[in-house]
Amino acid sequence: MDATNNEVRSLRFDSYDSGEHLKNAAKQARARNYQDFLIVDVDAHHYESEHYRDVFGYIDSPVLRRNALESFSRGGRANFLGGQVGYQDISGRITRHWLRKNEKTPADKHRDITTTLRWMDAMGVDYACLFPTPMLFLGTHPQPEIESALAQAYNRWLCERILQEEKRIISMLYLPFNDPEAAYQTVKEFGGRKGVVGFMVTAPRYKPVHDNAYMKTYRLIEEMGLPISFHAAYSWGDQALQLTNRFIGVHALGFMWFNMVHMTNWVVNGLPERFPKLKVMWIESGLTWAYSLMQRLDHSYMMRTSDCPSLKRKPSEYMQEMFYSSQPMEVPDDPSILEATFKMIKAETQLVWSSDYPHWDFDLPGVIYDLPFLKEQSKRNILGGNAARLFNLPPQPVKTIPDFD
Amino acid sequence: MTEIFVAKAGDITDGDRRIVRTPKGEIGVFNHKGAFHAYANNCVHSGGPACEGILVNKVVDIIAEDRTYQGQTFSDVMHFVCPWHGYEFDIETGVCAGNPKLKIKKFETVVRGGDLYLVA
Repeated sequence: MDATNNEVRSLRFDSYDSGEHLKNAAKQARARNYQDFLIVDVDAHHYESEHYRDVFGYIDSPVLRRNALESFSRGGRANFLGGQVGYQDISGRITRHWLRKNEKTPADKHRDITTTLRWMDAMGVDYACLFPTPMLFLGTHPQPEIESALAQAYNRWLCERILQEEKRIISMLYLPFNDPEAAYQTVKEFGGRKGVVGFMVTAPRYKPVHDNAYMKTYRLIEEMGLPISFHAAYSWGDQALQLTNRFIGVHALGFMWFNMVHMTNWVVNGLPERFPKLKVMWIESGLTWAYSLMQRLDHSYMMRTSDCPSLKRKPSEYMQEMFYSSQPMEVPDDPSILEATFKMIKAETQLVWSSDYPHWDFDLPGVIYDLPFLKEQSKRNILGGNAARLFNLPPQPVKTIPDFD
Repeated sequence: MTEIFVAKAGDITDGDRRIVRTPKGEIGVFNHKGAFHAYANNCVHSGGPACEGILVNKVVDIIAEDRTYQGQTFSDVMHFVCPWHGYEFDIETGVCAGNPKLKIKKFETVVRGGDLYLVA
């Protein structure tokens, strides 16, 4: 045997770099030639809570602004925004969640732009649609005026500090859905802003999507040619989900549950007929829920057309015209099962890849690119082409995949 | 096969590890209770740096004789955890905690003259 020296390093838990953390992803990206085609991530995140002091400064009401800043200045007890029980980082096993505080970034650019671009390049992503993290749970806040105030402040902050500064970061802005008028005003205020490619409703909430109060908002979004999306999350405060006793349970069910309810209401109340050109996207519920719900609604519809007289076609036919983000993509051992799911949702045109990075169950582009039953063009459609058409993005790749070797 | 010098064996103490760049990719070398174990730093799930995560004992449910649940505790089995998604692997066998059919690629180690070598 030969005896050779090779590079040996110790492991450090006191430094972090968003790009190097994904050095293996960068290898995959280069091996699969991602530099040759567009990849759009329709669901990525940052931690807006790390910038609350700045964000709260954008709150209009001087009273709510002071309340928010005062609450933020003292941790460790009930706070202004409320919280959500859970342990998404698997009790410290997902190291980036606690290591990222050590990441060094240059002073001349917003920290979230630097860290986001680092992981985007490593993964091979050209454009990322950025969403908040703790605010995903804001829809269950008991005070609608606080949801509205924070949504407006966050949207202004995001537009000015992030979207205005970096063209590769885009967003579907948070709609304060518990106040229908505030939601409408949000669309009016931000609809034409740089980097705003649609509007997003966080799914855990208890306002039905078919309420007449929302119709003018849907109409306005439709007229603007933008998509509306429903971003899934869980709520351990939900009475049914309180029956679960482990995070895996509330997460697996919660991320499907609220979107299943909203989708059902959306379809059976005939909203696709009322807003035929409104593009609707369902985010972070995986794919199997849609496959299941299409079949269940179709089955019942044939017997109960009187329940949904606005429909002119089967529910699944409307659902097949909507868009679905891919993550967290279920990967059954038998690929034919996944292939059937793709066929059911018309994945070639309706599926849009998402990473959900940096959350614990993120997906790499490889979840699509490595599928044995997809042709190269289908892979490229799902990884970027479909989203580029949806968001009106230029088709040329703009990323630089780093080489960490 | 090539022997790759990793370190003086005594420099990698119980619970410590090294990451070695080799022509066959990065390999993590762990010292667990005085024995060395080496695995590909490439998770069977999505290619994450599996050897760069935390070490944590396997969690087990405590089920009493009458089949009632009595809480949880840590077993003696040590896991290394892929930091990307939390896939856990037995540090002595490389077997994936969630699916025993999955095993992370294992490499042999040799200690000779106080020096630790990796066979890759």
